[in-house]
Amino acid sequence: MSEKVLMKGNEAFAEAAIRSGCRYYFGYPITPQNEIPEYMSRELPKVGGSFVQAESELAAISMAYGGAVAGGRVFVSSSSPGIALMQEGFSFLCSTEIPLVILNVSRGGPGVGGIQPGQADYYQATRGGGNGDYHLIVFAPSSIQEAVDMMEMAFRVAEEYRNPVMILADGLIGQMMEPVVLPNPIPDAVREGILKAKPWALTGTKEGRPHNVVKSLYLKPEELENRIMEMDLKYQKAKEQLVRYETNRLEEAEVVLVAYGSTARIAEEAMELLAEEGIQAGLIRPISLWPFPYEAFDKIPEKVKAVISVELSRGQMMDDVKIGSKGRFPVGLSSRVGGILITPPEIAADVKKVLGVER
Amino acid sequence: MKPVFEYTRGMLPEETTYCPGCTHGIAHRLIMEALDEKGLLGETIGVAPIGCSILAHHYMNIDMCESTHGRAPAIATGIRRVHPDKIVFTYQGDGDLASIGTGEIVHAAHRGERITSFFINNAIYGMTGGQMAPTSLLGQKTTTSMDGRMQELSGKPLRMAELIATIDGAVFVERVSLDSPGNVRKAKKAIRKAIEVQEKKLGFGFVEILSSCATNWGVTPVKALEWMRENMIPYYPLGNLKSPEEVK
Repeated sequence: MSEKVLMKGNEAFAEAAIRSGCRYYFGYPITPQNEIPEYMSRELPKVGGSFVQAESELAAISMAYGGAVAGGRVFVSSSSPGIALMQEGFSFLCSTEIPLVILNVSRGGPGVGGIQPGQADYYQATRGGGNGDYHLIVFAPSSIQEAVDMMEMAFRVAEEYRNPVMILADGLIGQMMEPVVLPNPIPDAVREGILKAKPWALTGTKEGRPHNVVKSLYLKPEELENRIMEMDLKYQKAKEQLVRYETNRLEEAEVVLVAYGSTARIAEEAMELLAEEGIQAGLIRPISLWPFPYEAFDKIPEKVKAVISVELSRGQMMDDVKIGSKGRFPVGLSSRVGGILITPPEIAADVKKVLGVER
Repeated sequence: MKPVFEYTRGMLPEETTYCPGCTHGIAHRLIMEALDEKGLLGETIGVAPIGCSILAHHYMNIDMCESTHGRAPAIATGIRRVHPDKIVFTYQGDGDLASIGTGEIVHAAHRGERITSFFINNAIYGMTGGQMAPTSLLGQKTTTSMDGRMQELSGKPLRMAELIATIDGAVFVERVSLDSPGNVRKAKKAIRKAIEVQEKKLGFGFVEILSSCATNWGVTPVKALEWMRENMIPYYPLGNLKSPEEVK
């Protein structure tokens, strides 16, 4: 492992992608993720890679599809409204089963919204803004270190499942600096083997094999249904194999907070404040947002009085929290929106309100 | 004895889904013949558009992918980055290239992408059933311009070859037509040159191919070719707009 360095989140993500074997990046400027295209434009050519500043996010995701359909390990990044423009491509990449890693450094919405951190892309990431039966596989890191560590895994999952993987980071993780240990670059031999492991890739037939065709159009309903059911098998497998989460102090909890990304770190501080007042709070931190860790909720003790979704959005993740809670507990919401970070005292106050306690 | 005509190896032995009188089949064959003659079939990657020719990969015997609507030049850009030495082309209709995909085609040309775009201009949306395209002629009746295209409502038809020729990154731009055997031969020459531009890594190449859509024009195949000569060619003049010294 390399030594600990102090890095800005966005630059650490970009460096981690390169060390994970990514050689192709296509992007369009949007705040708060501009350090990523800037970093890639500087660093990718040094390792024989390619950076293209696209004319739009629509073009960026299309270029990414082109690079990936040709067998490359491709990375794109954007932020909320830019991610909205890429939805056409996400649906298309899922239908054509083309692997890609997407980073969303999300900000406040809807519409143009603002440029401060937000988590209101939860639906966009986990429910999809594109058409049809598809899913992105979505992971949400809560620190720069975790984001950097999950990058290579994200590429491997994307290639194994032949499906795009999104890393949903918020603007806070993108913009802050933290000490981070970068992963070692994957060996050249492994990187060079990536293309060989993709027999479906468009590489030219050399007139030595039948032509490869990557397609999304199925005019016969029976063929399309078969196609969707094949994809669904993958998604069912993902639900069994890709669920990631952490729990904290669940056993002794009387109230359980559920939070992902940087909000989870704020929620942990709120737990300390509550403990000082004699309220034992536990935490479920979903790391995979799709598939969502519903099973974590089965570990919540019966004595728990409420489960509270803490998010920088108006109850988007709360839907999944309710599904996971299966009606066993009242579910509440603690949130700030518009680019405002919720504070530990605000979370603590929301918890007390839900519990109906004034201690 | 040497055969005077053979089925090109670039085309698969499939019956096409194109309508009687449609010139897609001719355009497909010309591109595949040109690649075959240069021994490039195994070194080529094609991008099919949204439109009738989304099925081009059923017929063209090369590695190909489908595209989202209008994005083929961006997709070809990504392919080009991974395979700097292959031949990469897009095959696009006028709804795809001249309407929803104007951003992608203009910027692929602007970056001087070393790809070739073959632009099938038949002055109408074919696959969706005959709606007005940016290239539909003034007065042309379509399902979204039942009284004929009106300038005050929809502007005048867009001349894409001329537009692309103004961009420095586009080094080869030619408009050809498939209305007659003579023009088909000229089209083949232009296609060959456009591929040579790519082989020599000179920049972006663009071949606009005037084509027919007898079905949606509501005429017979023979009348469709006459309509091209009488209406399209006068508005869309044929000829080379730009060519580098190396392929002249």
